Amino acid sequence: MVPIEYYLGLSFILFLIGALGVLIRRNAIIIFMSVELMLNAANLVFIAFARSYQSMDGQVIVFFVMGVAAAEVAIGLALIVAIFRTKHSIDVDQMHSLGG
Amino acid sequence: MIPDTILFILLALVALLSALGMLLSKNTVYSALYLILNFATIAVLYLILGASFIALAQITVYAGAIMVLFLFVIMLLGTERLPEAEALPWQRPLAVSSAVLLAVLAVYVIFIRPETFPGVTPLTPGFGSPYEIGTLLFNKYLLPFEIISVLLLVAMIGVIVLTRRRDRKNQG
Repeated sequence: MVPIEYYLGLSFILFLIGALGVLIRRNAIIIFMSVELMLNAANLVFIAFARSYQSMDGQVIVFFVMGVAAAEVAIGLALIVAIFRTKHSIDVDQMHSLGG
Repeated sequence: MIPDTILFILLALVALLSALGMLLSKNTVYSALYLILNFATIAVLYLILGASFIALAQITVYAGAIMVLFLFVIMLLGTERLPEAEALPWQRPLAVSSAVLLAVLAVYVIFIRPETFPGVTPLTPGFGSPYEIGTLLFNKYLLPFEIISVLLLVAMIGVIVLTRRRDRKNQG
């Protein structure tokens, strides 16, 4: 097995790509997918440390993160569909009705 | 050691390139497909790290359910045909500079830190099996487990309420 730092580095780069996706892209669905990428990067760190410390707790936490991510994706996509019905656009720059 | 390193480098390259493909693709459907490839690659990395149950749960839940949901919504809204607007001019330099800052911090934390991570030890047989996860889920993490089921129920109810059409109240 490779040293654990390699997994941390890979997970960090994936997290960075996800964070850049959230910051740079304007399409709400792409932003959502970037959030999922960030969650996966965090999951990779959990699994890597579970392997390193031989503890199953990390894997159980990943199990819960997956459940929460599934619930979050369902609600987020429902929100996007509801917004699209009125605004006919998923560009986040146009979704400022609640702002000043 | 060498085959392990080569395998890891191959998988890491596929994961990174598919993540970049998701980020940079102009077509939303291509982005979703790149992300599915990324999830499958991460599932293989989980297998290497001894998490066999979590690897298959990743494929089933993430690639099989969540991404299918994404593709449903993408096709439903027809967003692959929508052009993407231009970003605000100060956004990209700020994002890239923040990313560089974070990268410097991460390099310091991962490679220059004074302590060392524990070395690689052989795994006990049964590590990562459903039996081990089940033992933990129903003993130590029973409360979070029950709360997750309530959370999923609430999410289901929320989705139904959010996407309900309100024609009856607005007409007539």
